[in-house]
Amino acid sequence: MKLTIGHLYPDLLNLYGDRGNIQCMKKRCEWRGIEASVQEYQITDEVKFTDLDIVLLGGGSDREQMLVCEKLKTIREDFYAYVEDGGSVIAVCGGYQLLGHYYDTSDGRIEGLSLVDLYTEQGSPRLISNIVISNDDFPYPIVGFENHGGRTFIGENKPLGKVQFGFGNNGKDGAEGVLYKNVVGTYLHGPLLPKNPHICDYLIGNALEHKYGTRQLAPLDDEQELEANRYIVERFTGK
Amino acid sequence: MKLRRMIAIWTAKIISAACRISGRQGVTFAGKVALRIDPNILKDLSAQVREKIFVVCGTNGKTTTNNLLCQAIETERTANKGEMSGGSRPMRVVCNHTGSNMLDGVAAAFVLAANNDGTLDADYACIEIDEASTLRVFPHFKPDYMVLTNLFRDQLDRYGEIDITMDMLNRAMQMAPDMKIIVNADDALSAYLAMESGHEYFTYGISEQVFSEEELGEQHEIREGRFCKKCGARLEYEFYHYSQIGKYNCPNCDFTRPEVDFEALHIDMTEGLSFDVLERYVLPEKELDSVVTIDDLAAGDGTGLGHEEEAAATREDVDDKAGISDNEAEAEEKTDINAGKNRIIHRYESSHLFADYRGFYNIYNILAAYAAGRSAGLKLADYEKVLTDFHPQNGRMEHFKISGSDVVLNLAKNPAGFNQNISAVMEDKKEKDIIIVINDNAQDGTDISWLWDVDFDRFGNRKGCGSEKKNADSADRSNTIRSITVSGIRCQDMRLRMKYVDISCEMIGDVKSAIEARLADGCGNLYVLVNYTALFSTRNILAEMQETKVQKYSRNQTEI
Repeated sequence: MKLTIGHLYPDLLNLYGDRGNIQCMKKRCEWRGIEASVQEYQITDEVKFTDLDIVLLGGGSDREQMLVCEKLKTIREDFYAYVEDGGSVIAVCGGYQLLGHYYDTSDGRIEGLSLVDLYTEQGSPRLISNIVISNDDFPYPIVGFENHGGRTFIGENKPLGKVQFGFGNNGKDGAEGVLYKNVVGTYLHGPLLPKNPHICDYLIGNALEHKYGTRQLAPLDDEQELEANRYIVERFTGK
Repeated sequence: MKLRRMIAIWTAKIISAACRISGRQGVTFAGKVALRIDPNILKDLSAQVREKIFVVCGTNGKTTTNNLLCQAIETERTANKGEMSGGSRPMRVVCNHTGSNMLDGVAAAFVLAANNDGTLDADYACIEIDEASTLRVFPHFKPDYMVLTNLFRDQLDRYGEIDITMDMLNRAMQMAPDMKIIVNADDALSAYLAMESGHEYFTYGISEQVFSEEELGEQHEIREGRFCKKCGARLEYEFYHYSQIGKYNCPNCDFTRPEVDFEALHIDMTEGLSFDVLERYVLPEKELDSVVTIDDLAAGDGTGLGHEEEAAATREDVDDKAGISDNEAEAEEKTDINAGKNRIIHRYESSHLFADYRGFYNIYNILAAYAAGRSAGLKLADYEKVLTDFHPQNGRMEHFKISGSDVVLNLAKNPAGFNQNISAVMEDKKEKDIIIVINDNAQDGTDISWLWDVDFDRFGNRKGCGSEKKNADSADRSNTIRSITVSGIRCQDMRLRMKYVDISCEMIGDVKSAIEARLADGCGNLYVLVNYTALFSTRNILAEMQETKVQKYSRNQTEI
């Protein structure tokens, strides 16, 4: 079995250790004997979504997002088809905001991809914190670090989790991130996946099921990952 | 109010002394209290500096550059003339040696150097300032010179983004319109700031390629400033030194790497750091009339040539070695001459420097301090001796000798710094043990995701739990790493980081236990790489362990 991970515009969207998410997906495939290749796309490259099994859209500064958003318009149609077809996406921070309709900033509106029915407005202050969220569909809490000025509103969509500690999408409604088809959008970096192997396996499983019709994943020794996860949970929620 | 100032000084000194006895780091607290008692104290004391005030800013290299500059100035002597008595004496310099570089730390440097009667006896001040703190410090004094070393991503949760840091620095620069800037020409971000600021600026840099594509190929680090800050286009690079540092130009607009005033050439890093510094400066206007133009020189007119000929000869000599043809050198000279509205003559001088340090980045630190001193009109004739006498302290490649083991402590607080640290460790071909200490206290930046932007894979596949093939060269080299131990508050994150590049390591959360373990079973050559808050505690642990006792951290801080 083989999965191809597409990393969109790492030149511009590469804040906060996004590389760790790529590395984590790659390793957790390889440790199971699943071939994993990573395709990095520059802003001038043609993205062929039909070749991809998992797409990572990372975070960038507002200025860099503005540069990317022009390009995104040209790939929007293909990206939309990929998502509706059940393609896996992990979008973090700025990438998460770009999934939605728009991000309103004081310098103007950054048009999003409208792949998921959500929108973002700039707020003050920046929401900066370690963060712990929970979702009963996953066996462990999800931990990470958030740092965002935007307040995201996901409407009727399912969140990735409920905030146990930290701020989440907007600091108000207790929701963090979004789950839509096989898309995961979140403000959690840290990076997200190494300390949350269950989320990484969820993405890999979705991609395998979409491509090969099976989400059977051999178990790995996740003691170190879960110990690091538990440390954050205990330190910040006291649970 | 002088009494208030005196009370502030006394109180700060008592606090500092008390902290020294209890072994705690009390400098910033002393500064805070002094400012609380007398809000004008920093303004009043800094105004008493007789000559110039330097500030050093930039993500990496501040402390080393600033301390080097301070030491270089201290070897200069005051002019004989005009002294009331006793003739010339060494310069007196105020300096925040330990790197306490926010407002309170800056205030402490001046307060603890002051006399009890509220006066300050200092010729110069060398002050490093945290970029974000420039806006808080500059209302108290306007520096004469700012050294800007480089800009990398650092402590993201505190600053948000590098754009924000640049904006803060720009605003600070505008607060001090007469300040001159000494800037790293090889960093497009720093150079852009200086060039667009409207300030007079001097540049330093390295125009020759030092690392081959292959050597750089194994570094995957993020290049922050790859896009032109002026127009947004992707910058073109002739070559990189590391991170985004290199020789660049914008293909789309007029932004390009500035002419270099202080140039490091003929770099040799086989034993320590050895290189030539070529200094290019504009001849003062008053000397212009008596000068023979470069055209005369080119024409080989042998009559009446003064020192400019010598200088030109030096230049040719240097260019020959650098492989630049004479013609190119001449062409450059002619351009220089026609550049200004008046006749501008550039004069070149070269000198050789050697320093027994490791780490390519230290060339920039050495060059930056030299450029700053020279730009301010200092002679720095004994600069090489300054380098020899300079013992990096405060955990910048600081050496300890403990029970027969060599221990090197080095601060690494962001990806660019860490990658440079890894290079420096790898320059040591001897067998070694490595301890990595990562904390996430407020001053470290509570976000430690930057660990994933560091090229730890360069520590190699030592014991090999993964399947990745390494070429023979990297296997050879990585064999010199005997063990890696992760420690500190976020040791678990660090352990995971290593796991995902297939490098096995041992986790010992408590720093002292980790050091004791590796001293007990290690190979006698130990590197301890720490981030910011881990530095102070680790240094105290090492200092205590060292056979010949070194001063504990808090003690150094008061010796200004």
